[in-house]
Amino acid sequence: MRRRILDIVMWSLFGVALALVVLPAIDIIVGILAQSAGSWSPELLFTPTSGVAGGLLNAWTGTLMLMALLLIMAAPIGVLGGIYLAEFGSQRLAQILRFGSETLAGVPSIIVGYVIYLVFVVKFGWSFSALAGGIALTIMVIPYIMRSTEAALRQVPTNLREGGTALGLPPSLTIRRVLLPMALPNIMTGLVVAEAIAMGETAPLIYTAGWSNSLPTAQLIHQPIGYLTYVVWTYINQPFSQAHQLAYSAAALLLVLLLLLIGLGRLISARASRFNDRFQV
Amino acid sequence: MATHLEKLSTPGRKDIPVEAGEEFGILDRVLRFLGLAGAIIPTAAVLFIAAVLLVSALPSILFNGLGFLYHQSWNFGNFYSSATVTHNGIQAPTGASYGALPIIIGTLLTSIIAFVIGVPIAVGSALILVEKVPPPLRRTLSFFLELLAGIPSVVYGLWGLIVLGPFLAGHIYPILARLGAIIPWLGPPVGSGLGLLTAGLILAVMIIPIVASTTRDLLSQVPVLPREGAVALGLTSWESVRLVSLPWVFSGIVGASILGWGRALGETMAVLIVSGNGANFLPQNIYSPVSTIAATIVALLDSAESDPTGLAVSALAEAGLILMLITLATNILARLMVRRVSSTSLPIGRGV
Repeated sequence: MRRRILDIVMWSLFGVALALVVLPAIDIIVGILAQSAGSWSPELLFTPTSGVAGGLLNAWTGTLMLMALLLIMAAPIGVLGGIYLAEFGSQRLAQILRFGSETLAGVPSIIVGYVIYLVFVVKFGWSFSALAGGIALTIMVIPYIMRSTEAALRQVPTNLREGGTALGLPPSLTIRRVLLPMALPNIMTGLVVAEAIAMGETAPLIYTAGWSNSLPTAQLIHQPIGYLTYVVWTYINQPFSQAHQLAYSAAALLLVLLLLLIGLGRLISARASRFNDRFQV
Repeated sequence: MATHLEKLSTPGRKDIPVEAGEEFGILDRVLRFLGLAGAIIPTAAVLFIAAVLLVSALPSILFNGLGFLYHQSWNFGNFYSSATVTHNGIQAPTGASYGALPIIIGTLLTSIIAFVIGVPIAVGSALILVEKVPPPLRRTLSFFLELLAGIPSVVYGLWGLIVLGPFLAGHIYPILARLGAIIPWLGPPVGSGLGLLTAGLILAVMIIPIVASTTRDLLSQVPVLPREGAVALGLTSWESVRLVSLPWVFSGIVGASILGWGRALGETMAVLIVSGNGANFLPQNIYSPVSTIAATIVALLDSAESDPTGLAVSALAEAGLILMLITLATNILARLMVRRVSSTSLPIGRGV
């Protein structure tokens, strides 16, 4: 009997724990969306900020611009690095490089931002700029992309590689024609996660990307760029209710974008599992 | 062989002439080289970051000596006076003195609170998710873990500032403060709800996804035979979890928890917003305003730039160096613990 009661008590406690995970998540989403609900309007999305008021056009376009820069810089490095770790690297070297990459993932984001600030913004004289911000984000997310690419390739059965070798294909061709297409969905999920991380970062951007009230341009250095997370943290500290509204709206927009990215990730992995079922992997 | 298979066709794609083997030999080498270059970048970046931090922290290390670790006041000195003082060959504005003890303590305390509160909740919720929740619901509930992992840290901060902080200060902390009669550091004053405990709680929510998703994945790998054995012996499900599943995955959970702790140590924006910015003093009780190393770097870099001697920027670099050493130690420890016992490697960063 005592054992039965202990069983019930423990599982109830775990149930409470689960509630403590789910409730804050719901409260954050509902709370932030409700706070910002009053200020949703087309002007919010299509006018730039001016002073402590205005809209978020410069901020969300800046965020998209940084995400695009990230994709251009981080995706090739991460995917190529992941291919190397999974397919080429000798056991020992791959282990060292993997360890280095995991270590980088553990470096606090503010430290990455601080170093990029010292080197690119100050030393190289780029001043606050899209490229400096993009580089800071790139350094942060490469480990994620590399890890997911490597894991995706490792999931492809070895006999496909052997088949490639048996046909006399050079490794690069096997990788390009056989392994990459099969690993692609998981690699793409990794890229989506990387984009979600980059979208939500603030600390590495404050002293690298700066902030700007105007729209992002093709000029990548010597010109600061706006982004959504900056609005949240700066404007909430302003003593004006307009500024607070803008901070809530930016936070809500970030959550909506996050939900879209999570949805995209799920869509890709759902398609991936259909694909894998078809090929009996 | 090339004569037999003159062309190797893949459906729906351009045919590939196999005779072009030479060309592919080059392609192989190019891919190998580019891959190596990509794979080296993270490791190179870590070394680069460490080197830059060390070099720019050097003036501060020389000027402040070991006092940096145990002094309590962080003082830029007077930027506008032309008089400077020199110590160990390093010039500084008059009155400059740097002591990082409060922010080191703040960093450790907030992250330890996050660890103590977050880990049991994460493990408990992962247990019930794997053992009791039916699979369709499990997918839905796992979505919340993904969500918590993805919510930007400024949004956590905003939520802490406008929802959690006021709620705790109004309803929870006054009750908790009554325990002050028994445990002094729980006693009043409770303040505005922005401080050590609130920061720790926000961090707890932020590290839950890392620990919970790893625990969930590890638990679902526990082989079914020993668990069936436990059931056959007539153990209740809690006993089977305690005696079979948990020991099986224990070191993995420890590793994930240490990794979560590392994340809490380096978290910046949420802490900056909800910590109450208590600079230059040690926390008086658990509600006291605090600051952390990461938050201090963001908060002070702007004004540090006006130091004509550059020492203020250097002191922040030294604080960053200390933070980096602490987080790297936790990360390496976590990964070594898991690698020793399990083939699954830990998630990186937020554990999505």
